[in-house]
Amino acid sequence: MYQYNAIDQKIVDERVAQYRDQVERRLAGELTEDQFRPLRLMNGLYLQRHAYMLRVAIPYGLLSSEQTRMLAHIARKYDKGFGHITTRQNIQYNWPKLAESPDILADLAKVQMHAIQTSGNCIRNISADHLAGVAGDEIEDPRPYCEILRQWSTFHPEFSYLPRKFKIAITGAIQDRAAVIVHDIGFRLVKNDEGVVGFQVIVGGGLGRTPILGATIREFLPKEHLLSYTEAILRVYNLHGNRENKYKARIKILVKSLGPDEFRRQVEEEWEHIKDSVLHLTEEEIARVSAFFVPPEYDAQAANHQEFLGKIDSNPQFARWFEQNVTEHKVPGYNIVAVSLKSPERPPGDITDEQLDVIADLADKYSFGRLRTTHEQNLILSDVPNEHLFALWSELHAQEMATPNIGKVTDIICCPGLDFCDLANAGSIGVSQAITDAFKDDLELQYDIGELKIKMSGCINSCGHHHVGHIGILGINKNDEEYYQIMLGGSAENDASLGKWLGPAISKDEIVGAIQKIVDYYRVEREDGERFLDFYRRVGRGPIKEVVYG
Amino acid sequence: MGEVIKNRSIIEDDVRHLADDEQATGGNFTVSLTRWLEEREQLKNVEGIGVRIASDEPIEPILDDISSLDIIALDFPKFADGRSYSKARLLRERFNYQGELRATGDILRDQLFYLCRCGFDTFELAQGNIRDALKGFNDFSITYQTAADGTLPVYLSEQRV
Repeated sequence: MYQYNAIDQKIVDERVAQYRDQVERRLAGELTEDQFRPLRLMNGLYLQRHAYMLRVAIPYGLLSSEQTRMLAHIARKYDKGFGHITTRQNIQYNWPKLAESPDILADLAKVQMHAIQTSGNCIRNISADHLAGVAGDEIEDPRPYCEILRQWSTFHPEFSYLPRKFKIAITGAIQDRAAVIVHDIGFRLVKNDEGVVGFQVIVGGGLGRTPILGATIREFLPKEHLLSYTEAILRVYNLHGNRENKYKARIKILVKSLGPDEFRRQVEEEWEHIKDSVLHLTEEEIARVSAFFVPPEYDAQAANHQEFLGKIDSNPQFARWFEQNVTEHKVPGYNIVAVSLKSPERPPGDITDEQLDVIADLADKYSFGRLRTTHEQNLILSDVPNEHLFALWSELHAQEMATPNIGKVTDIICCPGLDFCDLANAGSIGVSQAITDAFKDDLELQYDIGELKIKMSGCINSCGHHHVGHIGILGINKNDEEYYQIMLGGSAENDASLGKWLGPAISKDEIVGAIQKIVDYYRVEREDGERFLDFYRRVGRGPIKEVVYG
Repeated sequence: MGEVIKNRSIIEDDVRHLADDEQATGGNFTVSLTRWLEEREQLKNVEGIGVRIASDEPIEPILDDISSLDIIALDFPKFADGRSYSKARLLRERFNYQGELRATGDILRDQLFYLCRCGFDTFELAQGNIRDALKGFNDFSITYQTAADGTLPVYLSEQRV
């Protein structure tokens, strides 16, 4: 993974000093809360319902074991012993104190981490395919380009006060696991007819109040133009994005109002001026950064270890976990292990300090000391040899991190909702736990239901990505009571689509029953092997609406 | 008129921002873009002339006269309105504007570093201690990306160690 050099470290250290000074000025009363708010927001510090919340960047979701131990330390020392993995692969702490927040950043800087641009109207942490580098369907590893963009966007003087926040995602694989179609910019590494790898550029996707799938404005962008083209897009947006109404300020609204063709014309016109400037990426720089992402030294004999097959026969719990949470690695004898943070014991995505320490040790023992966060709020150990699969499972199991439910009905994406968030209109965690409770004891039922992605947001800002859930749930406030709207048929993958509302909002007491009715109906009416999403696409809303409201 | 920061020093401001019906009486002054466009022929040869461009006004109307202008003032009605950062870079980098580039409006210490990198050299501070604000120029000693200050991307520059 990328290792800071003296310059990277200095920039992060100077940021800590700058932020510490800002906090001191705030505490001394030299800055009003109004003046301080944008400064702390530029650094991931939100004021929530009960306390401040600090969002720490995990660039493209990649962590070392050392960094993970620091995250555990922060959870222990400055928080109530846990953190929360977000849908943008970051981690949030819910209970830091303002006066201590500079110390947290100083601790993070010791392990090459920070909270830079994790909030505010600036270029946010760049997310990537969580299987980058290990998936069989990959054209090229996207992470070097994420890192190049991370550096370019860090404290970008022109783009730190954009009309609204700006999110970029990159995938290098055939199967889009990074939801690039619902980002402000989505880049897909693609190969052109000459066999050269470059980027497909997708702009103006997003969720929130106005969910839109992005539009491709360039089918093929040579790699050396990554920065110049991105700068051109950002400049057009910075100059022409809506500044009057924050609900119309995202780039998706600009792209929609101009139309993708006119937006492309403006970007290309701007780009002509700067494409051959110093923004032109050199091969040396691409090679320098790429060298940090070379594969680890895999053991050529790893595939000879087949003992775990015997364990599959003798231990049904291990067998289920292997079936559900382990996927094929591009290198024979290695495995990609999803570590479920969707245990019934805890809110989706939450992880304790003890679990963080354990997973750091497991990464050291079994997966080259690296782990990843996913936008579905789980963790990944990406390079586990056959030999250690059973031992890994045993240790994860002891820590409630081996729930065999990846991609299943209880693997719910969920925002913090009314329990923490100042924006929320309704609780999310309680509903997701109630759904989990309804299904958790019957794993065979979960497997029979098959792939079913439930995504839950506690307000229209859509942090839980409900528009792209196979079943999406949106919490609303109706006469001071929590109600829930159901959407069906969303997906953020290759077959991307936005969900459609099923009908009137449902009370908190009835929402779990409604989900069960939908699932039961699907199980009765589906065709052989038909996923819920495909079933919905075949039968449409009508009959399901009848089942829920009829 | 008070004090402004110019080229990282605090000086007495000698620039008057004239209302559209206010007579120019010598010395340095600015007029609104609207007035400039109306009185361009009379004004363009006046010594010390400047134009104020609001955040929602484009820079294109002044590009033909850029060499006649001694001052361009770009406004920030709220510090969060970042349009003038892009306009400043374009004026400096693409249109080679050499005169004073002044940031007006809601200008705070914590924006000075970015404003300076985008090509502003003069700052009318909205509030706060102007002497303390000078520290804002030194928030960072190294930068990753190029801007109007002429720094190279870090990987091309000699900063790389």
